[in-house]
Amino acid sequence: MTFDEIKNKLNKFTVGIAGAGGLGSNCAVALARVGIGTLVISDFDIVYESNLNRQYFFQEQIGLRKVDALKENIKRINPDINVIDNYIKLTENNIVEIYKDCDIIVEAFDLAEMKKMLIETCLSELPKTPIVLGLGMAGWGNNNGIKYRQSDNLYICGDEISEIKEDNPPLAPRVGMVANMQANTVLEILLNKK
Amino acid sequence: MNIILNNRHESFTKERLTITQLLVVKNYTFKMLVVKINGKLVKKDAYDKSIITDGDDVTVLHLVSGG
Repeated sequence: MTFDEIKNKLNKFTVGIAGAGGLGSNCAVALARVGIGTLVISDFDIVYESNLNRQYFFQEQIGLRKVDALKENIKRINPDINVIDNYIKLTENNIVEIYKDCDIIVEAFDLAEMKKMLIETCLSELPKTPIVLGLGMAGWGNNNGIKYRQSDNLYICGDEISEIKEDNPPLAPRVGMVANMQANTVLEILLNKK
Repeated sequence: MNIILNNRHESFTKERLTITQLLVVKNYTFKMLVVKINGKLVKKDAYDKSIITDGDDVTVLHLVSGG
């Protein structure tokens, strides 16, 4: 496919991004660059200086809501992308309503319990929607540890092992690798659709 | 029995295992898990009564924080 054909096809789709931190901001930007039609982005946090070691925000955006800052950055890259932003904490009670019309959901939370909540809620209530998970990307090095596998409608990107700790923080390179792997998985699924 | 565990073939001497037993045998000690048997989600309160038998396709996801 040429890039024009790819853009025209991707323009018809809606991708949900659950969380606008390290995974969500970088994945959303990658998807915006290739021309996904609509991105539905939800997050309840604001931009802190400590986020700038991996998240797609800028110094002057510190203090802004992440969803607002990310929407602004996406529009600067590609003003044609339709961004639906929700400044909200996702829970099992609102996730279905927010993401039910998405062709794919990208799980981009930081906390394990939030990842579990999203997976269990979506497997139960949106069983047909593919979920692309980011699982395990703390630290640095170990390129070959980052992998990909599919389990039915779950697509798993990451090393599945490394947990963030004080002395093993999430950093731009590995977080970006997994975020872009998630975006790459989204493309693979959508471009294979008839 | 032979099952598929996380996309790999695995053999066990027992002919049936509950999820709780499987987690012990495999030394899966993480607190935050998502378990599926043949694509169907199994919640934590059912780990003791959900039986894995020959030919089952089992997924055990360890949910690690970071993102």
